[in-house]
Amino acid sequence: MNSIHTFLLVLAVLFAVLYAFQPKRPKIAFIYLRYIVLILIAALVLAPFFWLICAAFKDPDVLMKYTFLPPLTEWAKEINLSNFKELFKNQPSMEGDVYFWQYIINSLFLASITTIVQMFFSSMGGYALAKYDFRGKKMVMLFMLASMMIPGVVLLAPVYKLIVNIGLMDTYWALVLPGACSVFGMFLFRQAIVGIPNDLIEAGRIDGCSEFSIFMNLIMPLVRPMTGAFCLVTFLGSWNNFLGPQVYINAQSKLTLPVVLNQYVGVYANQYGVFLAGTLLAIIPPAILFFCLQKEFISGLSSGAVKG
Amino acid sequence: MAKVFLKDVQKVYDNGFAAVKGANLDIADKEFMVIVGPSGCGKTTTLRMIAGLEEISAGTITIGDRVVNDVPPKDRDIAMVFQNYALYPHMTVFQNLAFSLKLRKFPKAEIKKRVSEVAEMLDINSQLDKKPKALSGGQRQRVALGRAIVRNPAAFLFDEPLSNLDAKLRVTTRAELKALHRRLSTTSIYVTHDQAEAMTLGDRICVMYNGEIQQVAPPMEVYDKPVNRFVAGFLGTPPMNFLKGKLSTKDGSPAFILNDGDVITLKNSNGQYKNYLEKEMIIGVRPEHLTVEPLAGQAHNGIKAKVNVVEPLGDRKDVYLTSTANQKFIANLDPHTKIDVDHQVTMYIDVNKSHIFEPGETGKNITISAN
Ligand SMILES: Nc1ncnc2c1ncn2[C@@H]1O[C@H](COP(=O)(O)OP(=O)(O)O)[C@@H](O)[C@H]1O
Ligand SMILES: [Mg+2]
Repeated sequence: MNSIHTFLLVLAVLFAVLYAFQPKRPKIAFIYLRYIVLILIAALVLAPFFWLICAAFKDPDVLMKYTFLPPLTEWAKEINLSNFKELFKNQPSMEGDVYFWQYIINSLFLASITTIVQMFFSSMGGYALAKYDFRGKKMVMLFMLASMMIPGVVLLAPVYKLIVNIGLMDTYWALVLPGACSVFGMFLFRQAIVGIPNDLIEAGRIDGCSEFSIFMNLIMPLVRPMTGAFCLVTFLGSWNNFLGPQVYINAQSKLTLPVVLNQYVGVYANQYGVFLAGTLLAIIPPAILFFCLQKEFISGLSSGAVKG
Repeated sequence: MAKVFLKDVQKVYDNGFAAVKGANLDIADKEFMVIVGPSGCGKTTTLRMIAGLEEISAGTITIGDRVVNDVPPKDRDIAMVFQNYALYPHMTVFQNLAFSLKLRKFPKAEIKKRVSEVAEMLDINSQLDKKPKALSGGQRQRVALGRAIVRNPAAFLFDEPLSNLDAKLRVTTRAELKALHRRLSTTSIYVTHDQAEAMTLGDRICVMYNGEIQQVAPPMEVYDKPVNRFVAGFLGTPPMNFLKGKLSTKDGSPAFILNDGDVITLKNSNGQYKNYLEKEMIIGVRPEHLTVEPLAGQAHNGIKAKVNVVEPLGDRKDVYLTSTANQKFIANLDPHTKIDVDHQVTMYIDVNKSHIFEPGETGKNITISAN
């Protein structure tokens, strides 16, 4: 019997005792049960993260020796920042020394640009699909939908050939351009914007809005919760993108975090400690973004536009 | 301030449906024009064409001295109040009111001044910092009105602005709207399907049906002299009674012989009946122009009928009757009239107030057409 079993047994006994001693109010026992389940799930989700933190700060020599942390007596010896020191060391390359913060900047830059560009085109395309009537609209939508059924990997070879032919290899254009118009994003925005009453747009048109100011002043604020979610998803997608930079970028100084981190556990290396320390750092920017955007997810902004 | 002029305006939607079939309407400066008609008759379409939200298929629309066919809505100098208010949900009441002024680059101080004036006028001063969501229906309605007023446009366009309010609020707001118009004297075009709103608000009313304008006249004229059967039946509650029969003569004067055989001696005519003699026609009588006693100075123009239902309404009594030829009609009597259900009675028609129509839904009123 290991510790997890013991833990579960204790919980079960606790529940039974509560249930037995509060026969008139069995509700209390159930409330406890609910919290216990929640705590268990939380533990399940957080355990790998905790493991990651432990691993990042453990001396590389004892990485596999303990599941989580070494005993307190060993801390002075076995807990240190050697992984991080290794991570931030200069890395010689063909373009000279490259430092870890360069990759962070690359990743941040690329993810931000991708997000901004995708936001721009998706929101405008979505607005057009939702609220304008133009010839061939149905065909366009059908074509877009059909294109969503083709898995991205299938397109890797043709797109690669295209990128090489137009001379965009080893530039960030190769990463930003192919995904600039996200069909998924356009449909997402279309769905959100379709729900905005036409009267609102017409009121704006009469009040003196140009078509662009209708979009900026009326539409965008109303799909703000959606926009926040879309930003986060897009940012994460780009931040975690491994295949793109791996395929299109050659210069070490232009690489992004996922590719660089992978180099530490590649064919020629197995510096897991450094890899995990880098991973830990790589989690921070998206986490910050998430907390910043969290309040944007509050929905229901558009209710009250019409009599409700 | 401006007059609005519609000449042969047509609207054919992309699907080929002709929603407005050649509308001619001349709205004077400062006039309150109500466009009224049943649902689907093309009122909204007409209004939206004036606003510039809908393209005009044919004809011209003039606002002020300018043909506005190709002028975008924002440059037409009009303001519109929508049925569902269409307030900007992400803006406060103040921002809603100020939005159009801001877009027109008014100085901040001027915006503030105008908004507070309008808020004062509409009694929404204390709501300026709230979002529309936090307002009641009536308050939202006022904000929607305020948004139109604050611009001081050449004309107001209203599309059923009261239909989302409950019955009581609708009546009070209606009165306020009338007072507001008297105060601002801005040309107003008001669309409604509610005949009470049309009668109470309009300087003139324009009755539409099936995409066509039937009659444009002051409310009482439309009520007293409807040009056709549709207009006659549309205004008034309970509506005008229509009874079938034949136009003929009796003792040398024109008479209407009901299908039941009852004879109504008509007022001596100016000859307007002579082309219709011995033809199937329809007589229209408003419920309030039926009495249980013969009218002084008129022949005994009685219709024998059976009383089906009596509805005492306090200020009057609505009586539902069936004539011998099974034609149903309603009389609107003094509340103290003694009349019993299931009894046989004779109702008398005031021929000075009755109308003879050609058959058909929009059959012409031949009684008034000669004068
Ligand atoms: N965009 C459209 N396309 C086709 N038909 C329309 C469109 N808008 C309205 N209609 C039709 O035109 C007629 C008049 O509509 P409308 O002006 O809205 O009537 P209402 O008098 O009730 O305001 C209706 O029969 C309606 O179905
Ligand atoms: Mg309508």
